[in-house]
Amino acid sequence: MQLTVWTYEGPPHVGAMRIATGMEGLHYVLHAPQGDTYADLLFTMIERRNKRPPVTYTTFAARDLGRDTAELFMTAARDAYARFQPQAMIVGASCTGSLIQDDPGGLAKSLGFPIPVIAIDLPAYQRKENWGAAETFYQLVRALAGPNAPAPGTKRPERAAGVRPSCNLLGPTALGFRHRDDITEITGLLGKLGIDVNVVAPMGSTPADIARLGDADFNVVMYPEIAGQAASWLHRIFHQPFTKTVPIGVSATRDFIQEVTALAGIDPAPMLQASSSRLPWYSHSVDSTYLTNKRVFIFGDATHAIAAARIASEELGFKVVGLGSYSREFGRELREAAKRYDVEPLITDDYLEVEAKVAELHPELVLGTQMERHIAKRLGVPCAVISAPVHVQDFPARYAPQMGFEGANVIFDTWVHPLMMGLEEHLLTMFKDDFEFKDGAMPSHLGTGHAAPVAEAVAAPAAAVATESVATGVAAPDIASATAVAAAAAVWAPEAEKELQKIPFFVRGKARRNTERFANENGVATITVETLYDAKAHFAR
Amino acid sequence: MTVHVQPCAAPAEDPVSRAVRTESGQREVFCGLTGIVWLHRKIQDAFFLVVGSRTCAHLIQSAAGVMIFAEPRFGTAIMEEKDLAGLTDANDELDRIVTQLLTRRPDIKLLFLVGSCPSEVIKLDLSRAALRLSQRFSPGVRILNYSGSGIETTFTQGEDSCLASLVPALPAAQDETSSLLVIGSLADVVEDQFMRMFDALGIGPVQFFPPRKSTALPSVGPNTKILMAQPFLPDTVRALQERGAKRLAAPFPLGVEGTTGWLRAAADAFGIDAATFDRVTEPNRVRAERALGAYKAELGGRRIFFFPDSQLEIPLARFLARELSMQLVEVGTPYLHREHLAEELKLLPAGVALTEGQDVDLQLDRCRLARPDIAVCGLGLANPLEAEGITTKWSIELVFTPIQGYEQAADLAELFARPLVRRAKLVA
Ligand code: SF4
Ligand code: SF4
Repeated sequence: MQLTVWTYEGPPHVGAMRIATGMEGLHYVLHAPQGDTYADLLFTMIERRNKRPPVTYTTFAARDLGRDTAELFMTAARDAYARFQPQAMIVGASCTGSLIQDDPGGLAKSLGFPIPVIAIDLPAYQRKENWGAAETFYQLVRALAGPNAPAPGTKRPERAAGVRPSCNLLGPTALGFRHRDDITEITGLLGKLGIDVNVVAPMGSTPADIARLGDADFNVVMYPEIAGQAASWLHRIFHQPFTKTVPIGVSATRDFIQEVTALAGIDPAPMLQASSSRLPWYSHSVDSTYLTNKRVFIFGDATHAIAAARIASEELGFKVVGLGSYSREFGRELREAAKRYDVEPLITDDYLEVEAKVAELHPELVLGTQMERHIAKRLGVPCAVISAPVHVQDFPARYAPQMGFEGANVIFDTWVHPLMMGLEEHLLTMFKDDFEFKDGAMPSHLGTGHAAPVAEAVAAPAAAVATESVATGVAAPDIASATAVAAAAAVWAPEAEKELQKIPFFVRGKARRNTERFANENGVATITVETLYDAKAHFAR
Repeated sequence: MTVHVQPCAAPAEDPVSRAVRTESGQREVFCGLTGIVWLHRKIQDAFFLVVGSRTCAHLIQSAAGVMIFAEPRFGTAIMEEKDLAGLTDANDELDRIVTQLLTRRPDIKLLFLVGSCPSEVIKLDLSRAALRLSQRFSPGVRILNYSGSGIETTFTQGEDSCLASLVPALPAAQDETSSLLVIGSLADVVEDQFMRMFDALGIGPVQFFPPRKSTALPSVGPNTKILMAQPFLPDTVRALQERGAKRLAAPFPLGVEGTTGWLRAAADAFGIDAATFDRVTEPNRVRAERALGAYKAELGGRRIFFFPDSQLEIPLARFLARELSMQLVEVGTPYLHREHLAEELKLLPAGVALTEGQDVDLQLDRCRLARPDIAVCGLGLANPLEAEGITTKWSIELVFTPIQGYEQAADLAELFARPLVRRAKLVA
């Protein structure tokens, strides 16, 4: 057993649902108890889809267990076939369904539907969501494209002269982090290079489309966690090479252009010269000096985390102080990446471990998932989201890809936004003795008076928390207990406390924490003005 | 106070006979684990440990909306392959996890081991585990168990299982005085309002169950009168009745009429005369009616369709039909307890289409055909229905929001009016 409070990934059948929901003309019959239907809301609420996922749950109850749950499954499958008339069907069981051992695959086959019925066997007590998505996609590709495979030993015919090269885009799913926009971005990029997209799968494809994956010259693996296995199989059986670079960030996008043009037999030079992103210029601008060596902690799925580390380090000039992922399947890739930044890789799906690491490293920016957003909020560190699992707000209405040159622009904006305070911090340190910047000072746009509501600054976040609770129906968490943990053993001398008050309020918390940490580590019992500046010197970077 | 003991209102002998369509097929409901999301806010020193699968962990996380950024007072012991194979190992594992948890969270006074579908299917005996662990951790921590599994419970039934598991832990009432026990989680603000009302009426002592602190459990005995604040608590009522308590027949405190009927049931049981009752409740009634007035124009004549979800559907439908003149197209409920809902059924307009259970595809067909002005449904169905042009109200909001009592009657109406107002406002 594993004790968990929050999890990064759902069960494997949710991965299968992400494949089915991304596609058209496919239906999933899932042997599951009624409560498992909650999974629909991931798609209809978090991703705001306007259709129910194409999933029929058998929703068996305790009273059914004594009777014939197999019959229940067959009825559900029959009804689903009659109602939805899918081109193909996948069948399987959720964790509970698998325990009652009804063999959905065999049962569905016995119904003799005139469409392909693919049994997806997902070991629910060993595996998780992304694995489930990858396995489902792989099984679908095998079952639907397999019959069109060239005879073993035959070579791929050469592409006829004058025919544009083509590829498939593999890996985007429902509920994926910006998958929808990445497809648009990469299709556009390939189009400009003169490469056609044969099929995008699973997102947007039908079973018939999957059957013609073999028509393309090569495959673009957009999300290795999901498409890696299917792409290797297509390589083996259809001799289709596939891309290894994930085009997230400017350098990676350029590498990707080199890679696809090599596969397509095209000259990349014109494109590489013409193409551009604003990211490089923005990060070279004087205004971005404050970004230099900002200490960043990165955690997410392996693909996004590794890409983020490269962008952070090479394209924004941050210092990567931590890199981790919950994608255990990609441990090797992650460890290699961690070596490049000389950090200890953190491969775990225990969010408490991640939290402890963030607390220990006290980074200045966290790039992570929804969980890290919560961790960062608790620890008072700025944060931007780079990977699933995410919140409804990470499915924005505007076009916001992560991949390609436009993706790089989006990334620059999203990461730098929470750090804007950093720039102000820089200016405020320069002007810190100016009366305008005393705690009490009211913002100039609010007019006269420096009689400043100190309490307001404190009250504001509390109010924000309260509003959030009302909005969500969940009461405000116990913040006091969280802060209590940080309480230090060292005591502040009055004049040191006074000096601390001179520091602008929004960096004061950090100064306080650093000083206390320094005092505790050095056995200082009373924090004096000297200790404050010793600590400042110690942590200065 | 003179205690005027009245015979407890007997279960209605003749609940208005009503045609009820019973449907079974694919459901679209949460399982009882969801109750943890509000129960852990209510009982402030309790921890809920689900013994289940990754699906269970994912469910509570999704139901809670991943909104909580402090460490919440619930978690999941996710079973793994090895736990399924040998049950003795699973017990050892559970002990290890509980020990780990209690070491980490010394503030926990009450720990619920919550059963799930997988733990039930493999027959992991959580009551034995609770007993075993109680011996180890008492008196500091009380350890109980209940099932919130989706094969046993839907949505709000989880609260019933939880409260029923607490009943044996309730102390026996010490004296002969009648006391009132209000059962079912209510928002603190609502509890306080009711408490003031009971005081003004001269009804007491009054206790609420579940309590805010597990160390302050209400007492129960033959002189305890139960007033149900939520309709989904049959097991809890049965367990309390086994301890001698008597249930007062009453409608549920939704809307002016429901609240009045609910308070009156208590007043009658405590021998409060009609004049006092009217004098005390009148100002609140008048105020609530005035507040409701604003919504009558908005909601009157509108057609509403209920998908089954929380078991609050019937009292809600009664309120909307009688106090706001809405038309009930279909009222679905996951489960209909005819005795506990007898007072509600009497008030429900004649000829209402009632459905117990669900076959979601068929019900969606009926809803599409009927084109109601508004449909009440679970989160999984809301956006798809909106996309089809049917205005919706999420039923889960009706469970999380304070809606009971006079002061909340207009808030409750507003919950239904808002989606309609939005639909009318948005032109694009
Ligand atoms: S329905 Fe069963 S398996 Fe699914 S989340 Fe609820 S308890 Fe867990
Ligand atoms: S509630 Fe607020 S903090 Fe929590 S996920 Fe949503 S936006 Fe983030």
